[in-house]
Amino acid sequence: MQIVKKAQAGSFESSDIMVLVEPSEKPGRYIEIDSSVDIQFGEQIEYAINRKLDELQVIDIHLIAKDKGALNLTICARVETAVKRAAGVQKGFIP
Amino acid sequence: MKNVIGRNIPEYINGIGKVEPFLGAWEKLKKGWMDEITVPPPNKAKLPHQCKSCMDLKTAIEKTNPHDGMTVSFHHHLRSGDNILVMTIDILAQMGIKDITLASSSLNNSHDSLLKYLKDGTITKIWTSGLRGELGKAVSEGVLDVPVTIHSHGGRVRAIHTGKIQIDLAVIAASAADEEGNATGAHGKSAFGSMGYARIDSRYAKQVIIVTDNMVEYPCTPTSIQQHYVDYVVKVDSIGDASKIATGTTRITKSPMDLRIAKLAADVIENSGMFTEGFSFQVGAGGASLAVAKFIREKMKKSGVKGSFLLGGVTSYGVDMLNEGLFRAIFDVQSFDAAVSSSILKNRNHIEISSGYYANPYNCGCMTNKLDIVVLGALEIDTDFNVNVITGADGIIRGASGGHSDTASGANLTVVVCPSFRGRIPIIKKRVHTIVTPGETVDVLVTERGICVNPKKPELEESLIKAGLKIKKIEDLQKEVEGITGVEKPIEFTDKIVGIVEYRDGTIIDVIKQVKNAN
Repeated sequence: MQIVKKAQAGSFESSDIMVLVEPSEKPGRYIEIDSSVDIQFGEQIEYAINRKLDELQVIDIHLIAKDKGALNLTICARVETAVKRAAGVQKGFIP
Repeated sequence: MKNVIGRNIPEYINGIGKVEPFLGAWEKLKKGWMDEITVPPPNKAKLPHQCKSCMDLKTAIEKTNPHDGMTVSFHHHLRSGDNILVMTIDILAQMGIKDITLASSSLNNSHDSLLKYLKDGTITKIWTSGLRGELGKAVSEGVLDVPVTIHSHGGRVRAIHTGKIQIDLAVIAASAADEEGNATGAHGKSAFGSMGYARIDSRYAKQVIIVTDNMVEYPCTPTSIQQHYVDYVVKVDSIGDASKIATGTTRITKSPMDLRIAKLAADVIENSGMFTEGFSFQVGAGGASLAVAKFIREKMKKSGVKGSFLLGGVTSYGVDMLNEGLFRAIFDVQSFDAAVSSSILKNRNHIEISSGYYANPYNCGCMTNKLDIVVLGALEIDTDFNVNVITGADGIIRGASGGHSDTASGANLTVVVCPSFRGRIPIIKKRVHTIVTPGETVDVLVTERGICVNPKKPELEESLIKAGLKIKKIEDLQKEVEGITGVEKPIEFTDKIVGIVEYRDGTIIDVIKQVKNAN
């Protein structure tokens, strides 16, 4: 999937994750994670994000994640939504 | 050496001395007398009509012979609105006093500004029930050379009686006082209710200063603190931030998860065999535990069962239950909201008690020993039912021992309520980071994902199953939760001990190590 614009998904609530994505300036994935549980789960969060990006076939992306202790399934859902919005595949608005 | 629950405890700690390892909750007490002697309180004298009033706190402190290495004590009834503790230490620091032992009944976020005194050698030792905020973080990162001693509310009284804590100066904030030092927290603009934790200090400290922002005509009643223990009296503009001392009434949580846990816990209590005419009851003031009171109140009204007494930290919710006739008395060591103060003042069945009467293990029967049911929270609980209420998920001190181990030890039925995980961090663990309350004193764990009964209580498990409640093995629940959150990477620590956790009988149940990679 091709990231064509900025998009976000999630919230800053406890047990959620805010995922912001945009086209990367250089080729490749640039992932920044800031997590309240970085010590305990930092590696697992990065792994979960990367596997989801693999699944969505995203090669070039700048992704910023602000995590407040989201579970893996929440992380994956937020990444998927943010990517689909940024790729113009899905519009994340309720009119 | 390892203590009886498998925690590594050194035999000797610099600045603390020889360490007595934890032996089991009742092992030391069961013979009925204690080998430690009671250290005598000081004898003092005043001449008739001698004036105790001082123009300000500094003048009073100057009269008490402040010196390097002194122990200064405080109570924490002003909660996070406290001004007096920091004001006192500021004055001592300006006088150039060093090497102070701080022995407050607890410490909280209002004491963050003490951090500079931990760094510059003004304060070198701390005794407290709780530690939070900047202080908790700095201590966990090793700011002090001597480990902090964490005690329970009952354990603090024992430590003072036996001379482990020898108070040179007690500075006691009161919301009303008279010129002789009779003082109370029950009325005045900064009213905070019971003064339960301060009584022991007034009795044993070499020097006692009462600080109030509300001098009343003699005599000040009720005499929560009595004049014959008081050396000096000081009037200040404000003892603290009234909005943080007591905030209206405590509301029951609206969190669906806390309510779900509380509902389950109330069902456990109802079917425990303990919910009978004349039962005594204590709940914590935290989210899920206070909410249990709401459901118990409903069950009492429906069934007609009446209780005998409510104990502990008291909220307006407890006062309502007293006024409705659901309980005959409240024994109040610490009040949590504004509505409680007026009840202490007006209702003779709402009785202010000292922390010794409340929970001291070294006497002929504290109130916690008479408890039927207690509901407590937890930061962590492990598959042996050991509870941590002092260190957070990152290993940093951010909690309080309080009456947790005292009440758990005393009650017939100890119910721990907590979510199974919080913000991805499992609360149920194979092993808690720090043990404050030993698993042998915990009977049931109630989480939103199920109820676990301590295998030491098979009859209880049987009656809960009979009542149709679903019981899980705690090991199964632990694995279930780990399956949801993932396996945590363990926190790293150095070998430096930054805190020791005293069990209520003075033995050491656990130690807290310095965190390695603090954020």
